[in-house]
Amino acid sequence: MSLDVFLQQVCNGITLGSVYALVAIGYTMVYGIMRLINFAHGSLFMMSMYFAFYAIGFFVVPWYIAFPLVAVLTAVMGMATERIAYYPLRRSGSPPTSILISAVGVSYFIENFATVLFTGRQKLFPSIPFFTDIITIGNVRLQRMSIVVPVLTFVLLIILMFLLEKSKPGMAMRAVSRDADAAQLMGIDVNRTISLTFGIGSALAAVGAMVWGLKYPQIAPTIGAMPGMKCFVSAVIGGIGNVKGAVIGGLLLGFVEVMIVAFFPALTSYRDAFAFCFLIVVLLVKPTGIIGEKIADKV
Amino acid sequence: MLQIENLSVNYGGIKALKSISLEVPAQKIVTLIGANGAGKSTTLRSISKLVRPHSGKIRYNGEDITAIGAKQTVERGIILVPEGRHIFPDMTVQDNLKIGAYLRKDDQISRDISYMHELFPILKERGRQLAGTLSGGEQQMLAVSRALMSRPKLLMMDEPSLGLAPLIIKDIFAIIQRVNAEDKLPVLLIEQNANFALKVADYAYVLETGTIQMEGAGTELLRNEKVKELYLGTGD
Repeated sequence: MSLDVFLQQVCNGITLGSVYALVAIGYTMVYGIMRLINFAHGSLFMMSMYFAFYAIGFFVVPWYIAFPLVAVLTAVMGMATERIAYYPLRRSGSPPTSILISAVGVSYFIENFATVLFTGRQKLFPSIPFFTDIITIGNVRLQRMSIVVPVLTFVLLIILMFLLEKSKPGMAMRAVSRDADAAQLMGIDVNRTISLTFGIGSALAAVGAMVWGLKYPQIAPTIGAMPGMKCFVSAVIGGIGNVKGAVIGGLLLGFVEVMIVAFFPALTSYRDAFAFCFLIVVLLVKPTGIIGEKIADKV
Repeated sequence: MLQIENLSVNYGGIKALKSISLEVPAQKIVTLIGANGAGKSTTLRSISKLVRPHSGKIRYNGEDITAIGAKQTVERGIILVPEGRHIFPDMTVQDNLKIGAYLRKDDQISRDISYMHELFPILKERGRQLAGTLSGGEQQMLAVSRALMSRPKLLMMDEPSLGLAPLIIKDIFAIIQRVNAEDKLPVLLIEQNANFALKVADYAYVLETGTIQMEGAGTELLRNEKVKELYLGTGD
C-alpha cells in the first residue's frame, strides 16, 4: 500500500470514527443519567436520515438549513420518546428492566412505523456536492467531508465539554448522573435534566446520521440497527457513562474497522463481526472499558 | 414555622411513619432522636419530597406544602443535608459549593463561598480537589456548607455525626449552633448520638417504630430516666 492510499484510509477511518463517536455520546449520556441502554437510539438515527431525505429531496431546503433543522427535529423526537415511553415508568418506580424492555419496544415501533410511512423500499440519500466533492491534498485524493466531518465533530465536542463543565444545565446533568437524590436536594429538576440529555444525545446522533447518509446513501427503515449497535459497542469500549470514553471508543472502532478492510481486503465482509470481536477482547482485558470506572448500581 | 400533622408514609406494605406530628418553631433547634429504622430519615425525606407521604399534611409558614415537588421545596428554603453526606465526589470542592447555590440568581454567591471558607478553612485549601478525595469529616463540612450556600430558611440535617471522630462532631455541632444563633436559622436535626443532639436542641422528639413516644425540651429529655436508659446508654 502506498503512503497516499494509507493517508486516505486514515482520513476515512477518522471520519467513520467521528460518526460512531457522535452517536455513541447519546448512548453514554443516557446510560450515565438513567442507567438505561437506549435501544431506540439507533431508530432515531434512522429517522433523522429520512427527515433529511424529505427536507432536502422533497422540500428542496438547502442542506445548511436542513441539517440543523433535522438535528432539532431529532432532538424533539428523542425527548418525546423519553416522555412517552420512559418517564411514566420512572414515575411509577418500575424496575430498570421494565424501562429497558420499553426501549426495545420503542425501537421496534419506530422501525415499523417508518416502514408504514416511508415503505420498506430503499431510498437514496441526497448527494451534497459540498461534502462529496473530491479534493486533492498533495497526492491524497479524498472527499471533502473526510476533512469537514472530523473538524465538525471536534468543534461539537468542545462545545459539549464546555456545556457539561461550565454551564448550569451541564452541572445539573453531571449531578443527576452521579446522585439523583442529592441533585434534587439542590433544587435541580431531574425530569428536565433527563429530557435535556435525551435532546442533546439525539441531536448529536442526527449529525452522525447525516454524515452516514452522505457516505452510505441507501436508506431503509432497518438501516439504524447495525450502526446503532456499533455505536453502542463504541460507548462500551470507551467505558459507558463517560463522554470522553465514547469519543475514544468511537474513533478507535471506526479507525480499526477501516484499517482492517484496507490491509486485508479479503476480510471486508467480516467487518461487522470484527467490531464485536474487538468489543469482546476489550472487555476481557478491561471490563469497564478503556477509560471507564466502575459505576455503583443505584439503590 | 414548619408543622407536620398526622404524617404517614408507607414503603411498599411497611408503615414507616404512623401519623406523626411535630413542629419546628422559628429560630429554634429541634431534634428527632430514635433508634435505627424508627423513621427519622423518612420524616426528613418526606419533608424534602424525596418520598411521598401516604396521608397527613406538611405546612410551612402557614402554606400547605404537602403536594409540591422537591424543587419547589428547595425554592422555599427548606434544605436537607442528607445522611451519608451525598456530596458530588467527581466534582471539585468549589463546584460542590457552587451547585449548592443552584437556584440562586443573585450576585452574592462568591461572597457566600468566602463565608464558607471562613467557617471551614479546609474547604478553601482543598477548593480545587475532587470532593471524593476528602476525608469523612471534611465531606460532612462540605455537605453542610453546600446546604448553607442555598441560603436556607430551614436547615434539616440527617445524622451529621455518623462515622465521624468526636472532635470533628464537636466542630460540626459548633457550626450548627453558630448559624442558628447568628443567622436565626431554624434547624431540624436527626441524630443517633442523642447525647450531643439533646444538648444543643431547644426541643426534642423521640421517635420509635414510626410513632412519637415522647417530646420535651432538650435538657428535660436529657434527664428523663427512660431516655437515659434507651438512648444515652447511662441508665442503671
